[in-house]
Amino acid sequence: MTTATTAHEYDRPAAPLTGARRVRPRGGRHWNPSPRRTPYTFIAPAVLLFVAVFLVPLGYTVYLSTQKTQVQGLGLGAGARKQVAAGFSNYSTVFGDGEFWHSVLRAVLYGCILIPIMLGLATAFALILDAQRVRFQRLGRLAIFLPYAVPTLIGSMIWGMMYLPAFSPINSTLHALFGIQGINFFGQRIVFLSVANIGVWGGTGFNMMVLYTSLRSLPQEAYEAARIDGANERQIALRIKLPMIRPAVIVTAIFSTIATLQVFNEPYAMHQISYGGVSTTWTPLMTVYRDTYTANNVYLGAAESIVIALMMFVLSVAVLRLTNRQIFGGEAR
Amino acid sequence: MSAALLTTAAQGTAPRSRRRTSIVPTGVLLLGVVYALLPIVWVLVASTKTNTQLDSYAAFRPGGSFLTNFQNLTSYQGGVFWTWMENTALYAGGGAMLSALVSALAGYGFAKYRFRGKGFLFTMILVGMLVPAVVLAVPQYLLVAKIGLANTYWAVLIPSIISPYGIYLARIYAGASVPDEILEAARMDGSSEWRTFLRIGVPMMSPGLVTIFLFQFVAVWNNFLLPWLMLSSENKYPLTVGLFTLLDAGTSQPALYSLVLIGALLSILPLILLFFLLQRFWRVDLGAGSVK
Repeated sequence: MTTATTAHEYDRPAAPLTGARRVRPRGGRHWNPSPRRTPYTFIAPAVLLFVAVFLVPLGYTVYLSTQKTQVQGLGLGAGARKQVAAGFSNYSTVFGDGEFWHSVLRAVLYGCILIPIMLGLATAFALILDAQRVRFQRLGRLAIFLPYAVPTLIGSMIWGMMYLPAFSPINSTLHALFGIQGINFFGQRIVFLSVANIGVWGGTGFNMMVLYTSLRSLPQEAYEAARIDGANERQIALRIKLPMIRPAVIVTAIFSTIATLQVFNEPYAMHQISYGGVSTTWTPLMTVYRDTYTANNVYLGAAESIVIALMMFVLSVAVLRLTNRQIFGGEAR
Repeated sequence: MSAALLTTAAQGTAPRSRRRTSIVPTGVLLLGVVYALLPIVWVLVASTKTNTQLDSYAAFRPGGSFLTNFQNLTSYQGGVFWTWMENTALYAGGGAMLSALVSALAGYGFAKYRFRGKGFLFTMILVGMLVPAVVLAVPQYLLVAKIGLANTYWAVLIPSIISPYGIYLARIYAGASVPDEILEAARMDGSSEWRTFLRIGVPMMSPGLVTIFLFQFVAVWNNFLLPWLMLSSENKYPLTVGLFTLLDAGTSQPALYSLVLIGALLSILPLILLFFLLQRFWRVDLGAGSVK
């Protein structure tokens, strides 16, 4: 670097530079954008795709949500249905639609069951993986993370079949061990647990890995000091490690909450298997799907999507406030 | 040094307690292992049974019909299952590869340059990570149908390329593993920005890029709603959609259940293999840099 201190040396090095060799653009074909535009060329593909895949559909949804179909005459023939402006009438339909809000409530209830259990297990397993004198840690890490490799839809299909009364291994095991017989996993109340179980099974491993990673990055000195003071592993885990990974636990909790409002695959697969135990409007997105496709009312479906998106946006802002600033503090601005 | 002192101190006072296994945490961990593996073992066992054995055999008693089931699945509608497998590999492999590339460019751009609108653009993409990709699937379909791309490979592939989470990770990796001093040195030596990125940035970020590839690969492999909405021809389906239609047919025709089960097993095996082979890339840590 010291050889390049003057412009003359920079332009024509008298001798080959030591260390990094001078890299020469090949011929005139090499593309070298002007420095001011450079950063934009780097981010351009991402921004263009983002606009095409996220923003334009979002704008289109907002537009559709203010439209409706008007039927002329008997509603027969090609020109009989046309799209007209509807103002906010779709939104007032959504706000007055008990079925939609029931699906939101169901998602909230589902989340209240899923999130504490999933994150509780994930935290416990992460602490166990990080503790001393525990055996089978490698096996545990791999096996518990493994369900993440199973697509949620396929995991839901497998669990759904395991719930089927005809060949349920759970029922036969419960019967053999405790004499409990014939649990109907699709019953009105139990079905929440049945669906939440699929979410717990699929989500624990991933969250465990996130928390385990943040545990591994903690300074080890505090534990040594505590050990010298006579603290046992359980006390170290609960009194030192747990408070130190609290920010990570909170972030995973918020991400899980957002994911819960969007839940679709698990209940949709269960709907197919459960003989009506899971209705077509069980979660908000299933309601959107039904209204858009089955009931063929794109405009109402769009308004519902926007309402869901707004609810999630509120949650998102909370996440951003928590994460954005701390992580990227040290970069060029 | 303090660790060495500690070890000798501990050996002096309680030599055995350091090696003794803690029973309760180990037990809890093993229960977790059983719970995590239970459905996978069950589907493995169930894939060896005929339809009647599924009803009559005890849950974990294997049958002997794995090969028969395999052949039935392979011959189902002229081998459409393997078409689904190829499609999934195309969507997930191609989508994840392009996604890693786009994320690397954007992450590097965000981490290593200052420019107007940087904060705004990055926040916008982050909001995209948090706001509902799934909610957008319906309008995406409507738009794609408008421009005549519905029921094409592109309809599934293009939305799979953009991954706000990948860009977020790439920015962290670029910030942590590509030192500004090296870029400065390359600039002084006359390397163009583009070439610096390809020759210096990408190699240094490459472990992180593999991680981004893997996460996106799994995300696309997992995706159900998007292809379910976008595609209408069976020969373009990925596995998730194909198996779902098989399950759908199975509710009225229970003879198909054994096909669904072996199909589910075969569709998770590639991902499980990928997990074991590329274990060291499955990390969420941010300190993986090349200059130490």
